[in-house]
Amino acid sequence: MSVDVFLAHDFGDFALDVRFTVGQPGVTALFGPSGSGKTTIINAIAGTFRPQQGQIAVNGRTVFDSAKQVDMPARLRHTGYVFQDSRLFPHMSVEDNLLFGWRRTQKKADSGEIANVIALLGLEHLRQRWPRNLSGGERGRVALGRALLSSPEILLLDEPLAALDAERRAEILPYLERLRDEARLPMLYVSHQLDEVARLAHEIVVLRGGRVVRQGSVFDVLTELELPTLAGAAPAGAVIPTVVGERRADGLTALAFDGGTLLVQEIAQPPGTKVRVRIRAEEIMLALEEPRTISANNVLLVQVNEVRHDRATHADVQLLCGATRLVARITRASLQRLNLAPGKPVFAVIKSVTVDTQMSAG
Amino acid sequence: MDSILTPAESEALLLSLRISSVAVLCALPFAVAAALLLARTQFIGKTLVDGLIHVPLVLPPVAIGFLLLTVFGTRGGLGGWLLVHFGIRFVFSWTGAALASAIITFPFQVRAIRLALEGSDLGLNQAAETLGAGWWDRLVNITLPLAFPGIVAGVVTAFAASLGEFGAIITFVSNIPGETRTLPLAIYTALQAPGGDVEAARLSIISILLALLFMSLAEIAARPARTGA
Repeated sequence: MSVDVFLAHDFGDFALDVRFTVGQPGVTALFGPSGSGKTTIINAIAGTFRPQQGQIAVNGRTVFDSAKQVDMPARLRHTGYVFQDSRLFPHMSVEDNLLFGWRRTQKKADSGEIANVIALLGLEHLRQRWPRNLSGGERGRVALGRALLSSPEILLLDEPLAALDAERRAEILPYLERLRDEARLPMLYVSHQLDEVARLAHEIVVLRGGRVVRQGSVFDVLTELELPTLAGAAPAGAVIPTVVGERRADGLTALAFDGGTLLVQEIAQPPGTKVRVRIRAEEIMLALEEPRTISANNVLLVQVNEVRHDRATHADVQLLCGATRLVARITRASLQRLNLAPGKPVFAVIKSVTVDTQMSAG
Repeated sequence: MDSILTPAESEALLLSLRISSVAVLCALPFAVAAALLLARTQFIGKTLVDGLIHVPLVLPPVAIGFLLLTVFGTRGGLGGWLLVHFGIRFVFSWTGAALASAIITFPFQVRAIRLALEGSDLGLNQAAETLGAGWWDRLVNITLPLAFPGIVAGVVTAFAASLGEFGAIITFVSNIPGETRTLPLAIYTALQAPGGDVEAARLSIISILLALLFMSLAEIAARPARTGA
């Protein structure tokens, strides 16, 4: 499964010129500030926007090629598009909305698969309802189900959480995670929220001003100190793949990662499960000597890899713990006091670790 | 009803209802097509087409009747051709009255449907397209159902307006009892006869009641569209 995208379009005041490939099933985030061309890119893949120049192939099937005059109509492209505003059909029941694409596709999902999708998204009790009587979160889930049941070859999600408040986001995020882990589909996820990307994505394509400025795994890209400058965004942090270990006598559970272990409390997943943890840059303190009497459960011996202090108040420090990268945000004063430079060993005191739910790949 | 209305009155009433129904329903597909053209497409000469559709609103109905007589009269080009090849004759026939009513009330239908189309979310059409729906599929299952309140409002308004048509009908198809003598023509005829005031008043009351009925129906039909439900 793959999607190859090359696009060029001149809007006059803004030019889009991107090239990237989405490799495996899993979530690839298209990340960037508003107006960086994210939605235009997925519209071009879906066939609702026609770029001046470009080549787009979904699973090796060319759906658009300006040089060869190929422009497959949107209805034949088999892209499952989940719009920011859901776009449920107001004159149809939830059931009819869900089955709209299913009724029109050749390779229909059988009743078992339909039941799976409905169970996965928790839609059973909504089937007979009408879109106008659904909450924002429920609407989002129905829109997801409708796209999935059309048997798409790729799922395109245009900021599906942007129109929701924090509570509704928290309601729908677990469904997106289950979808990511259970549906064997490549998903292209447009977002300008780094925390969503950190939680959901495997790969990230960072866009700025209509160009791809970075592409790589979230584990690498999110610890790049340049990211805030590149994407004009959000505090950096580390996303680390770990494996759940045995529960210890003191009640803590060890999560093994490439470079050490992290101790966390109360984890639902059984030993052996792969989980993703996130450590925000603000949650790490640095010490030159090992702090022996301290309430934090996680103190790691790490090495300073890179320091960036182009801001007035604080500095970002990239740390290496084995092969795993962490980022700490400290004040300029601390940076001088500790005299940090690349290569210097320090102790990273981790105040809190966020554990995300199960992830199957990467 | 027969006990209240005289045979001539119920004849005029039923004829009016039949002519208006046929006029409005036959014009409906064309009105939908015209509304789609005006609401969803851009083309050179759109203003001209828009203007032509609305001409019957501002032209004297008598003038329209005269134009129809010129075109569809049996000695007129199209009228003669239709009579010779298909045996269709509009002049002095109730179908002619329906044709005249259809043309006069066409703008009412187009306006209401166009407004409904312009008010509906094109994003839903786009969503349907990504879910595999072709042009015709989207028209039948998305566009028209969403515009349905507007379509009903257009039909009812046009129907009510059609019931009152006088000038074009009397000019084009004359005033033949049981064939083209609709309610307004019957009122006019009653007024021509000495002592016909009572008869004219009775027919006028029937017309007023009918008009009220259909205008309130149009109101009800338009309501869901306004609340966006």
